[in-house]
Amino acid sequence: MSTTVDDLQAIADRVVAQAGAGEQIEAYVSRGGETAIRIYEGELEHFASAQSEGVGIRVIKDGRTGFAYAGTLDPAAIAEVLADARDNVTFGTPDEFAGLAIPDGVAQIPQKFWDEELAGYPTDQKIALTKELEKLTLGIDDRVRVDEANYDDGWGEVAVATTTGIRESGRGNSCYVSVSTLADDEEETQTGFGFSVGDSPKEFNLQKAAREASERATRLLGAIKPPSKRTTVILDPYVTSQFISILSSTLNGENVAKGRSFFAERMGDQVADPRFTLVDDPTNPLAYTATDIDGEGLAARRNVLIENGVLKKFVHSSYSARRMNTVSTGNATRGGFAGSPGVGCLAMQLVPGTQTQEELIASVDDGVLIQMVSGLHSGVNPVSGDFSTGASGMLISNGTIGAPVREFTIASTLQRMLLDIVAIGADVDWLPSRAHGMSLVIRDVTMSGT
Amino acid sequence: MSLRTDSPLIEPDVIARVLAKGRSTGAEFSEIYVEDKRSTSAGLDDGKVEQVTSGRDRGAGIRVIAGDTTGFAHTSDLSERGLLAAAEAAAAAAKQGDGGVHTIALQPVFRHPVNTIVQFPDTVAKARKVELLQRADIAARGVHGAIVQVSAGYGDSIKQILIANSDGIFSADEQVRTLMRVSVIANGDAGMQTGYNSLGHTIGFEIFDENDVEELAIRAAQQAITKLQARPAPSGAMQVVIKQGSGGVLFHEACGHGLEADLVGKGSSVYRGKMGELVASPLVTVIDDGTMAGEWGAIGVDDEGHASQKNTLIENGILTDYMWDYIRARKEGRKQSGNGRRQSYADLPMVRMTNTFVTNGSENPDDIIRATDHGVYIAKLGGGQVDTASGDFVFGMVEAYLIEKGEITEPLREGNLIGNGPQVLKDIDLMGNDFAMGGPGTCGKDGQGVPVGDGCPTLRVKSMTIGGTAA
Repeated sequence: MSTTVDDLQAIADRVVAQAGAGEQIEAYVSRGGETAIRIYEGELEHFASAQSEGVGIRVIKDGRTGFAYAGTLDPAAIAEVLADARDNVTFGTPDEFAGLAIPDGVAQIPQKFWDEELAGYPTDQKIALTKELEKLTLGIDDRVRVDEANYDDGWGEVAVATTTGIRESGRGNSCYVSVSTLADDEEETQTGFGFSVGDSPKEFNLQKAAREASERATRLLGAIKPPSKRTTVILDPYVTSQFISILSSTLNGENVAKGRSFFAERMGDQVADPRFTLVDDPTNPLAYTATDIDGEGLAARRNVLIENGVLKKFVHSSYSARRMNTVSTGNATRGGFAGSPGVGCLAMQLVPGTQTQEELIASVDDGVLIQMVSGLHSGVNPVSGDFSTGASGMLISNGTIGAPVREFTIASTLQRMLLDIVAIGADVDWLPSRAHGMSLVIRDVTMSGT
Repeated sequence: MSLRTDSPLIEPDVIARVLAKGRSTGAEFSEIYVEDKRSTSAGLDDGKVEQVTSGRDRGAGIRVIAGDTTGFAHTSDLSERGLLAAAEAAAAAAKQGDGGVHTIALQPVFRHPVNTIVQFPDTVAKARKVELLQRADIAARGVHGAIVQVSAGYGDSIKQILIANSDGIFSADEQVRTLMRVSVIANGDAGMQTGYNSLGHTIGFEIFDENDVEELAIRAAQQAITKLQARPAPSGAMQVVIKQGSGGVLFHEACGHGLEADLVGKGSSVYRGKMGELVASPLVTVIDDGTMAGEWGAIGVDDEGHASQKNTLIENGILTDYMWDYIRARKEGRKQSGNGRRQSYADLPMVRMTNTFVTNGSENPDDIIRATDHGVYIAKLGGGQVDTASGDFVFGMVEAYLIEKGEITEPLREGNLIGNGPQVLKDIDLMGNDFAMGGPGTCGKDGQGVPVGDGCPTLRVKSMTIGGTAA
């Protein structure tokens, strides 16, 4: 990372310096803050500001791993955390592959993570722009109410050190606005949302967030429950992002090693339509989750996972890489100081196609544009591949948008859906998510309604 | 070791000064929520105990309310200086007119324990916790040669909380939770299938005296093995029979969220303006009960210091009440209902469910199946999701079977079901007499997760849409 956060690094270094013979130690120290503003009916509903800090310590000895954390940087508490982690080591099963990351010489690609303008942005202006977002949203269509308009920002500083020679620190900040809407028509109410992200509030596109929130809600007014049938779906960019994110667990090297991925024996096979190329690239500064290091402190890097539909690579942390006799792809993930590293994709991106959403819609004789899905956590199983979600959107017939539809599901399997991809849109949207989005056309999906 | 005494986390005179600081900019209400949580977790995967984790989360959240504006700040610094700084930040956000000096008179500490803890988990050796995981692994793998992977998790936590506010409320609670979960993968000719089972109660390590770890694991393994033979779930509307226990998720989604007064107050619930009306089949009585000893959503006091209580929301199909927190109850000039909850000291409280369930009807569960000519029997529900404004909701079926001519026949693959809350509640046409609570759940709302329980007897919905792929 570009900036050194000296005091956090010093804390991490002090922990690591206490390692005994045959003991590996990793200390992850972080500090952060956030602001949350909510506006309702022109007034400030809440303003929350907060700071938090903490340390997570991993100890490995004789192939056994122990971990402990505390939400404080108080020296006595840190000593207790180290003692707890050491005690926890004794209960692990020896694992020849257990261990910390070792510096691999891959260079970090510098990016900008800290925005001075955001860091100094006045609170009253944050409140004012959130009020403006609510006002803009209300001004588009008089059937629309605003449920809440939100401004959120956060900053974080982190330092990691290990006995194996990892020593990294840095800081970053980010902000976004969001608005959720209700559209009323006699007895019926439908919902919508819109948002905008930027390095600083100056980059927000409030007009776009307002328009999308208003249109998403009003488009669904009068929606009917469609008949059940097999059909072609066009996923909106926001839905595609959610679909792509699900694939992360199937490409996760640890899941592959432990027999939890249906891709386990498929390396080199045609697993998706030839139009489908999926990369994980946290070095792309356009990605919302762009980073220069992974959760173990190794350089983040670009990995091509599926190329022209052929399975090329799984993502790895140092642990999963050792288990599979390969090298880390820089894909250790970390949920802050309270968690030890896992494995996952960091910033998933599809290579875009050439057509706009309008052109894709025009190419579909009979189908449905999916605007929203629900129940991804309850109806999608990435181990078996079963895929079933609630959905709402618009029917498409003879290349034009027709009636709005809701209260139906779309279902297939992940394995089939990848092979049934018909087209990929050019309409890339860099969403606040681990995966970007664009329109995606998939045929032979079952729509269940009446 | 956790505190097992009546001594508060922060001295009352410090609390009084912090609350007074909170009102120093003219706010009419200030509140402090202090949390000290110690947790232990252990995970086994791929036959190995991968890691034992110890955690400590400690801090305070200060809330200040002036008119319709809430200011909130939290800190992990529990010194008086740290708390006063947070109170000042919260007060600055909720400024209203002149400040003035306030004296806060706190009542004696109020406790309302609903759970009895026999063996506090922090008095149990970690080796005994790890051993549970190894027993689960062996038991699950012993079910069938097709079981190819097992992961098991153990977790316990002891959370001390203290809530005080400028109205004089001064409450404390000790919340103990012990949990175990097992996930299993079976591999067959048609690919892999998963099985899952969990056990969690607001009690201590005695949970394992009353529940068998081997049986928990065997049930998860059997679920995965059964699903190896599963055919694709049907697509379209049909009769649905939902088994006792986890079926309570249906009501959590179909009406629970929609009866939260914050959503009702903003007009984003399909149940707004329906008080006193028939909103469900007369067979349906829905209760939210935070006092249900041992259940996952049981709490002594809620996170605003109010005693947990049992609230009837729908009685014989008629909407009788919503669920309330401080802000919404104050606005309506009524009492709170013990439903003001938050994920941690770093979060604002809002209206949340506790243990939500439907009471018994009169039907024998076997008769409900026999009375169903063609439908789906859902033995275990997964999670769900709802759009409270339209009422449309989904929930997942993780273990389901076809019903043909009154008999349970073939197992089905996973999928979601979709329905509209008010319609589904009216379409319940048979209610069983075998009420049970389901497993431990985590309910998500506005980015915060809180532990909840759900329950119901076996029941039938005369029509719901199954989101499968089979014609």
